[in-house]
Parts: sequence; structure tokens; C-alpha cells
Amino acid sequence: MAGTTTGAPTNVTQKYNKGGIGESTLRPDGTLKVTGEFAYSSDMWHEDMLWGQTLRSTVAHAEIVSIDTTEALKMDGVYAVLTADDLPAAKNYGMEFQDTPVLAYGKVRHHGEPIALVAADHPETARRAAAKIVVEYRELPLITDEASALAEDAILVHENRDDHHSPFVPHPNIVHHQPIVRGNVEEAAKKADVIVTGEYTFGMQDQAFLGPESGLAVPAEDGGIDLYVATQWLHSDLKQIAPCLGLPEEKVRMTMSGVGGAFGGREDISMQIQASVLALRTGKPVKMVYNRTESFFGHVHRHPAKLYYEHGATKDGKLTHLKCKIVLDGGAYASSTASVVGNASSLSVGPYVVDNVDILAIGLYTNNPPCGAMRGFGAVQACFAYEAQMDKLAAKLGMDPVEFRQLNAMSEGTIMPTGQPVESPAPVAELLRRVKARPMPPERQWESSEGADVRALPGGLSNTTHGEGVVRGVGYAVGIKNVGFSEGFDDYSTAKIIMEVINGEPVVTVHTAMAEVGQGGVTIHAQIARTELGVQQVTIHPADTQVGSAGSTSAGRQTYMTGGAIKNSCELVRQQVLEIGRRKFGSYHPAWATEELLFEGGKVVTNSGEVLASLVDVLEDEVVSVEEEWRHQPTEAFDRVTGQGRGHVQYAFAAHRAVVEVDTELGLVKVIELACAQDVGKALNPLSVVGQIQGGTTQGLGVAVMEEIIVDPKTAKVRNASFTDYLLPTILDTPTIPVDYIEMADPKAPYGVRGIGEAPTLSSTPAVLAAIRAATGLELTKTPVRPEHITGT
Amino acid sequence: MRVNFTVNGRKQEADDVWEGESLLYVLRERMGLPGSKNACEQGECGSCTVRLDGVPVCSCLVAAGQAEGREIVTVEGLADYAKHRDEAHPGGACGTVCGGTDLQQARQWQAKGTDGQTGEGGELSPIQKAFIDAGAVQCGFCTPGLLVAADELLERNASPSDADIREALSGNLCRCTGYEKILDAVRLAAARQEEAV
Amino acid sequence: MDFLRPASWEEALAAKAEHPTAVPIAGGTDVMVEINFDHRRPEYLLDLNRIAELSQWEVGEEKVVLGASVPYTQIIENLKTELPGLARASHTVASPQIRNRGGVGGNLGCASPAGDSHPALLASGAHVEVESQARGVRLIPIDEFYKGVKRNALEADELIRSVHIPKATGPQEFSKVGTRNAMVIAVCAFGLALHPEKRIVRTGIGSAAPTPVRAKAAEEFLNAALEEGGFWESRKIITPSIAKEFATLASGACNPIDDVRGTANYRRHAVGVMARRNLMWTWESYRGEGRKLEGAA
Repeated sequence: MAGTTTGAPTNVTQKYNKGGIGESTLRPDGTLKVTGEFAYSSDMWHEDMLWGQTLRSTVAHAEIVSIDTTEALKMDGVYAVLTADDLPAAKNYGMEFQDTPVLAYGKVRHHGEPIALVAADHPETARRAAAKIVVEYRELPLITDEASALAEDAILVHENRDDHHSPFVPHPNIVHHQPIVRGNVEEAAKKADVIVTGEYTFGMQDQAFLGPESGLAVPAEDGGIDLYVATQWLHSDLKQIAPCLGLPEEKVRMTMSGVGGAFGGREDISMQIQASVLALRTGKPVKMVYNRTESFFGHVHRHPAKLYYEHGATKDGKLTHLKCKIVLDGGAYASSTASVVGNASSLSVGPYVVDNVDILAIGLYTNNPPCGAMRGFGAVQACFAYEAQMDKLAAKLGMDPVEFRQLNAMSEGTIMPTGQPVESPAPVAELLRRVKARPMPPERQWESSEGADVRALPGGLSNTTHGEGVVRGVGYAVGIKNVGFSEGFDDYSTAKIIMEVINGEPVVTVHTAMAEVGQGGVTIHAQIARTELGVQQVTIHPADTQVGSAGSTSAGRQTYMTGGAIKNSCELVRQQVLEIGRRKFGSYHPAWATEELLFEGGKVVTNSGEVLASLVDVLEDEVVSVEEEWRHQPTEAFDRVTGQGRGHVQYAFAAHRAVVEVDTELGLVKVIELACAQDVGKALNPLSVVGQIQGGTTQGLGVAVMEEIIVDPKTAKVRNASFTDYLLPTILDTPTIPVDYIEMADPKAPYGVRGIGEAPTLSSTPAVLAAIRAATGLELTKTPVRPEHITGT
Repeated sequence: MRVNFTVNGRKQEADDVWEGESLLYVLRERMGLPGSKNACEQGECGSCTVRLDGVPVCSCLVAAGQAEGREIVTVEGLADYAKHRDEAHPGGACGTVCGGTDLQQARQWQAKGTDGQTGEGGELSPIQKAFIDAGAVQCGFCTPGLLVAADELLERNASPSDADIREALSGNLCRCTGYEKILDAVRLAAARQEEAV
Repeated sequence: MDFLRPASWEEALAAKAEHPTAVPIAGGTDVMVEINFDHRRPEYLLDLNRIAELSQWEVGEEKVVLGASVPYTQIIENLKTELPGLARASHTVASPQIRNRGGVGGNLGCASPAGDSHPALLASGAHVEVESQARGVRLIPIDEFYKGVKRNALEADELIRSVHIPKATGPQEFSKVGTRNAMVIAVCAFGLALHPEKRIVRTGIGSAAPTPVRAKAAEEFLNAALEEGGFWESRKIITPSIAKEFATLASGACNPIDDVRGTANYRRHAVGVMARRNLMWTWESYRGEGRKLEGAA
């Protein structure tokens, strides 16, 4: 391709005197990010590039009668207009099931489904051309909830399913269902002194990463394509993209551009195939950038859920049984719904000991927007419900809600409802103790000598109260999240480590396909390389498909998995370097023959600190390079009938205490403090750990009080696809978030780490809800809590 | 249409601008200055914040033609702007010209490797250093807009209270950090500024 | 699309006369959103930024003449004493960046019922100065300005030049309900101004009817009750029953809809609560002034 691609990532080198694990080293990409030089996928540029634009469906469920592109093609500056008929190869893609059309054919199944693509010389030309495409629809009945999906005469969202779950589901509009049965619920219920039931509704949350779906596809001379995109998992994208382009995987060369946040929303494909087919068709580079409205249609959301719970307890406060049904709305395409179902089901009991359970989680196909991965992945919805139940039980028993939880808290050795024992520390009771022991924030902080500071009150700058109607409430919650990919998935990561001498200094290059989405993986990678190989200078190679898969940046797994892969590859590099050292210097010192040699401060040292040689002298001009895959212990699928199985790798736990002030007359909420205690296993970078916990906590706060994609049940259309009406917490909505992390190592994990990103998102929401309930005395079974719910309007 | 304006201290000219284009688009796609970010394009996130004749605005809501003859400072020019301000009038606003890159250089822009001894090497403004040091940067997409807004806050209020910081930054969404470390960064920059005086 | 850049008010009027479909753009905080999201493709954009007088204001004996493009930030910083209600309302507008660009002229031009300045303008009894090349200047009373959802009393060839707002002679307040503590569009809003010199109270309601409206029945009730009870002279505490009735009547002035931002019922309820609180705050302040006057004497 003539001309150069601007914005392609390059190596980033970072030098630290020590800078190993456990230190709060700073981001290697920090300088680039504060100067505006860091290239995100939407910053990619090519001198003769075209702009891609999608046309999306205006209705949720319809047969496509016709698509007329004539007028669009006539426009000056338009290079291509494509419909499904023009696609070069496979017409569908998908992460778990290949049920998602690149461009709709036959019918559309949700509002905002892509139907046609335009490439033009200016984004406005592309928009005008897309507007000239005429689509004729014949509307079909809508499937919008459990009742309509499972009705006897229900229209099928997908006919002729052939995915691996389809033979086992009770209805073709169920993507997947997962029961878990253990003990005897009927018998246990007889022993219960109190029984508490509840019906809970969890709204549809959006990841709302700030960097829009975007990227650049550059056609190459070999007929292949160079693709610069922001994603969570390059190799999963590649596996889905290549068949749709009709190209072998090696001709689709993917490079990770800067990622402006992800939170699960970039685990599925968005514009990758769209830009690529336009580039292949036109022979020109094509840039695509979704705007914010399109972004709401361009990625999957968090599954909205209905949760039906029944718990029993004895009068001395011991849980007897759990009976629950969790209905997750997967929307029109499967995405990762099946895995979300597995998580919701296996974690529906929460971090508690319950010996008798009868659990069912189902994921539906509907004509609502497709749902898939978002931080917390199925465990979030369950936590909202079981924590509300815990408070109800404690109230009914006249017990303190924290003490009640502690009494039933799981610990190392507890058998999960799936029959799997918890095989590493599970300090649930201790986390609760810590958040409860914190001093309370002072009352009436809005009062000042100059009157009420509205910024500290519910309503904030909008000046709705000067203290009138304001009541404080305190609530607690704790949650459990699995870490890593579960249910028998072959979960691995790959790290390529290169060690060489550059300018008289030993340097390590870390090359992985890990998606740096903001979490600070690159910071950790450099730290691990320094710890393992004793160098100061580490170069982070851009993530691409020239190295093996790193798996997804999700499920709290990257520090564990790619961190583990880097540690492992570094160890192999160390062995090879030591071989060189033994060859060159082995005869000079007997210690060379021992196994326990370390690399520290650029030198090979013995256990007792004696220096044997410098790495520079050992390596000279030799380059040692290792690329290896690394796996966690295997898991197995849950039994389809009983749900039994060693399905999970590791668990993460977090607890929150929320302090809120509610204007009870207007129904407005101000969260005053949201304290978190979390077991992080081992904090490889304390600064990053705290940042992850605060960020996760805030996303949980958002869904508690403001965030929801509102879908009209009559039309299945999204009503608030903008940042004007889908509200994210601002800095004035976000309280101080004190973080108290503890480090109880998981002996099976590298350095004892525990995935940390997701757990805080679980417990934050129910803690805020509990606090609002405490302030108002209301039951509040829905998230987000709206002023209408509090005021009864 | 043609638009002439000054960006980061340098006169610029953009040709063939569509009348509906925003200043943000012109900066990003025509000037080779993609530092200002395009998260919402509806004035609801602040990631595109620039100084327009010294005033922080959402560049997505300034029509390109409205920038005619005006002076713009983007995150790319923030370090120079802060340096010039400090040299010219410590604690005061920037004058007319704050240095900057020429258009040719800007178009050749490439992400480049850096020395990661952040906060020590390189020419960063105090607020940029503080954001790195305090851990206020995760994905970084909100960072350019926050830096421009926070720098302007400290320019007019050298020791802001927490409530002042929250109010001044209430137009800048961040999805990663939960804002706590952003507050830390602004406090840190203010404290360092105070020490320096 | 054409971009018109008049250098003076006269040029702007001429341009608007020649191209009545031209969409004026000042702060751009409404118009550019519509353009960025493809909701609007005007034939002409009429940039008002180069007309300096639109960004200026003049404080007179009895009123402030506020240029249509004076940014909200300037109102907050400079006109808090003269126009406390509008300054309060300005402070609730969107974000600092938006307040640096947007002004009252845009709110009036757009005439969205959710515009934050409307309740304050209604409560203070403002006049909108509009002008056309053909017919010259008109001063439109604010009560006659809002004509329907996003429709105002402007003719196609007219532009908004300024707003004439009486200087406050008593306390004024403004509240707005949104489901976020900053940067939020009004679910509903309420403004109230005491006019002790005329012994009347005026109100304004936002986002709870097709247009911004006054709570006229509530005003009339309150004016009569205050008069009857001699409250203006005695400055005594307003009885809870008066406040309650005022709130009920304010709710009754609403004609709201259900939408993604809130339900009609909630809007009615919230307007009542805000009306009561605004009344209590302003009246407390009025009583405080009375005490200060006594102290001075």
C-alpha cells in the first residue's frame, strides 16, 4: 500500500533502578498518554484513506424485503456500498456461536443491526450516502422477555440452530440453561425458621468505554490486510475475521491500537470486519469510527436480569437452603451469553455456605439488544439479588446484617454448590469486618459557615436541597467472582521474551498479544521481567498476531495468565542464559554448577548474593529468545443436569460499605463514601491495584443509581443511546473510595496473585442499594434506583 | 471553506473544510493533532477539551468556521503553554505565542517510545507529571481533556479545595479510575506548585 | 451547507433577511450536537461569534440588558447580585466547558422546555429583544415568548439580540432535578423570584409542560395569601399550610409527559417539592434582610 500508516504503535521502553513486582512503578505508556501522543484506534490515519459508515436497522425484528443502494452509489466521493450479498466469504461470525451476521440478510433481529456499509472520501459523504439507501422491512412479532420467548407459539429468533448447546435447551429461544442441584432443598426448607423470597430486576448496563469502536484497515499487496483496532483479544478476533474475509489467518495481520477502555465491551467484534471488507473491495485504506450513538449499538451490553430468590435460615442465623431462578436476557445474538449463564448459576449462592440448593439460570434469545461480556460477567446480577436477600434475612431474624453474613461466610475448604472445594484463602468474614470497622464519615458535611454547600448534597449543583429531607443510610455487601476462563475452556497465554545486550546494557523485550485496555498490564509485564531477569530496562513490544494468543483481557485473568506466561518464559530465558554462562565461565566458580542462581542488578548472583558474572559479559552479542504458552490448572464443564463440576480456577472476593445521603422527598441520592476491602492475593503494583478497585467500585455505583439502557418494551428500540440520557457518574457523583486490600496468596497462582478487576464491581451496587434502603425503609428491588422508586411516583 | 487559526502557538490553515465540521475534527483529521479525543461529540464528556482564546471549551461543539482567527491550545501544546506561562508570568495566563510544532511535523506524527522514568525525563507540565505520578491515567482516553481542564483550574485557583476540583472537573467523564486518583493528581500538582513558589 | 460569518449585527440581520432558513450558531452547544449526530443539516449556519456586542451586558438602573451570547460563566461570575435567579440557573447548566460557551440567547432560540434559563427568566419577568432588518426591534415579554415544544415567537428573519431582565429587588432561587449531581439535563426545574417592591411572587417551571410555564394559580394564591396576612410588612414565617397549598398549585401547573428522564407523576411531585423549598429559601432570605434592616436602624 502506498503511503504510510500514521499512529501504528511502536516499542515502549521503560527503565527503572529496581522496579520489580510489589513496587508502585509508573505506567510505561504514561508519558505518551499525557502528551496526547498515544495513538488510539480512532487516531489511526492514512493519507488516502476512505471513511466507512454503517447503515443500521431502524426496527427490531423484521424480514428484509429489499435493499436499494442505487442512489447511494451515484454520489460523488462514494467508493463502495455493500450489503450482505457483496460479502466475500462467510456471512456470520461469533465468539461462542457463529450466529451474528456481518450484515443482516433475510431478517434483522434487533434495533441497530448493521445492514449496509459505505466507503467514501469524507465521513459526511459516507453518512449522506448511507441515508440514501432504502430498506424495505416487513415487521415481525417481537420477542422481548421470558414470557414472549417461551410462549407456545413464540416465533424463533434463530431457526435451525446447530450450536453445541442447542440439543440440550428446553426451547430454541433459550441460548443455554444451567441448573445446579445439591443436597435436598425440600427437606432443608422444613428446618428453616424463616424463609425469605424476593424478585429482583437488574437493568441493562453499558460498558461505556470512552474510546469509540474504531480502527483502520489497510489492504496489502499480497491480497491480505493490515488491521489496526482496539480489542480485548486479538486472536479471538482473528479467528472470526479471517473466514469472513475469505483469507487465511496469516494474511490478516492484526495490531493492537490504543484502547480507550473496554470492560467487556470489546470482547466481541464491532467494526473489524466492516472496515476490512470495505478496504478489500475498494483497494484503499478504510477508517471507521463509530459515534457515541452508534457505539451503543456497536457492542454488547450487560445482561439485564430477572432474579427469583428464596432463602431459608434457622433462628440462630444459619442458611438452610437456596432456591433461585435467574433469567438473563441475551438479546438477539448469543455473544457470550452461555458463559454468563454458567457464571450466574455457579455463583448465584454468593460467598456463603449453603448445602442445599436448587438453582437454575437461563439465557434468552430475544429481539432486544445483544448482551455479552461486561466486568463481573453474570456474577454482578446474582450478587445484587443474594445481598438483598441477606439483608432481608438478617432483618427478619433481628440480627446485624454484617454478623449474619459473617456467620454464613465461606472460607477455604468450603464446598461450592457445584461440588468444587474452595482451595485457596477466602477471607470473606475478614473483609466484612474491615469495612465495618472503618470510622464513619462525619455527618452533615454540606454545612459551612457560608450556608449549605450544594456540591456536598443530593442533587449537587442543581440546588435541590439545603438539607431538607436528607437522610443518611449505611449498607454492606460482599461478593464472589471467578477468575479466568471456566468450564473446561483451554485457557492459556503466550509470552515471547527476548534478552540481549544493547548499548552495553542488558535489555529484555516482552512481546505478547495482551490487550492493554488501561488496566496497566504493560506496567506489570515490565515489573515481572525485571524481577525475573534482573534488568533495569524493559521494552514492551506492541501487541499483535505475530506472537501467540494471550487470551482475553477479561475475567480478571491477564495478570494471572499473561503475567504467568511472562514469568514462565523469563524462567526459561534465565535457564538458557545460565547455560551460556556455564559454557563461558563455569570453570571459574563452583557455584555455576548449582541450580539456584538468580539475576539481580544486571548480574548473575548466588542465593547468598555472591556475584558470578555480569549479564553483559555472559550474553555479549548473543540474543536469547523464548516464546511459550502457559496454562492454569484445567477446569471441567458443569454437568448439564446437576451442575456439578470443577468449573472454576480461582475466586476473588470484595466487600463494600456504602454511606449514602438520600433526599427522601425528591428521591435523589448522594453517595458519601464507598469503602472497599478486597483480597488481592499479591499486589504486584499497589498503585494499579487501588486504581482498579476504585474504578470497578464506581461502575457498580453507576448501575446502582443512574446507568441503564432503556429499551421500549413495545418496540424493542433503544431510547437513550447517547451520553445525554445514558448517564455515567461524574466526579461530583463519585465519593471517596477508601481501599483496604489484603494479600492472602493463592498458592497455585503466579506470585500468589488474584484477579482483582471484577470483584469490586459486584459488591458496590448492592452496598449502595442497601444503604438507600436503610435511609428510606423501602424494599427497592430494581437497579438503577430512580427517583420514582424512592418517591413512589 | 478555508479556516485560519493558531494552534499551540503556530498559525495554521485548513482547506476544503466542510462547513459542518467541528474544530475537533479539524484538529484530529486535518492538523495531525489527535490528542483531543472524540468520546461523545455532544459536549457530555469533556475529552475534547481545548483552550479557545484561553477558555476551556468542548472542541466538538465549536464549528470549524468559528475558530477563524482564534487561538487554540490542545493537550499537545499544554507543556509548552504551561512553561511559557510560568516563564512569562508565574501563575498567570499564557501570552499569545507558546511555541509548538509546525504542520508538516504534526502530520508526520507517530507514537514513539519514551523513557518511562516519568515525571523526571521529558518536557511535561506539572499537571501532566502529576497525572502520571498519582496513577490518574488508566486507558487515558479522558486524560487529555482532563489535563486541559485541570491546568486551567490551577491557573485561576492555585490551591483549590476538593469541592472546587470536583466542580471544575465535573464536565470530564472518566470510566476507568473512579476519579479518586484524578483528585490526587490535581492536589499533587497544586502542592508542588506551592512548594515551587 | 454554507457558513455565514457576519462581522456586525447589521450584517447578521441582513444575512438572516436574505437566508431566513439560516440557523444561528453562537456557543454551538445545541446546534453542533445536532450536526454531529446528523439530526440537522441546515442550508446555512450563521455564526454570531464575531459580533462582540452580543457577548456584552449593561447594568442599568432597573434592568440588565444581557447580550444573547454572554456565556453562562460570565453571568455566574458577574451578575450574581443583579440576577441571582439566573445566576443560580446558569450554574446548573451542563458542564464548565459548556457554561464557557453557551448563553441565554441559545436557550431562547432553541426554546426547549428543558432549557435551564427559562424558569429564571419567567420568574424575573424578562423581555426578549429581537430584531429584523425589515421591521426593526421588538421587545417580547417572556410570558409570550414560548409558543410550543421547541417553538418560540421569533419570525424567520429575526435574531435574538439581548434579554432585558429586571434587577432583583428581592431574593430569587432556582432548583433543577436531574438524576446526576452535575452535567445533567433537567427532569424538571423550578424558579422563583420575590418582588417585594410590587408585593408579588413570580415563578417559572421547566421541563414539565410542552413549554416553560409560570405556575400562575400558585402565584395568585400566594400573592393573595401574603397580602392578606400582611406578610410582606411583618416578614413573619410563612405558615406550612400556605406553603403546602402553593406547592400543590405549582404541581397543578405542570402538564408533563413520561419519557426516559422521568415520569409525568414524578415531575408533578418534584415541582411541588421544589416550589415549597424555593419559597421557604427565598422567604427566609427576605426575613433575614428584614432583620439586617432592623439591625442597621
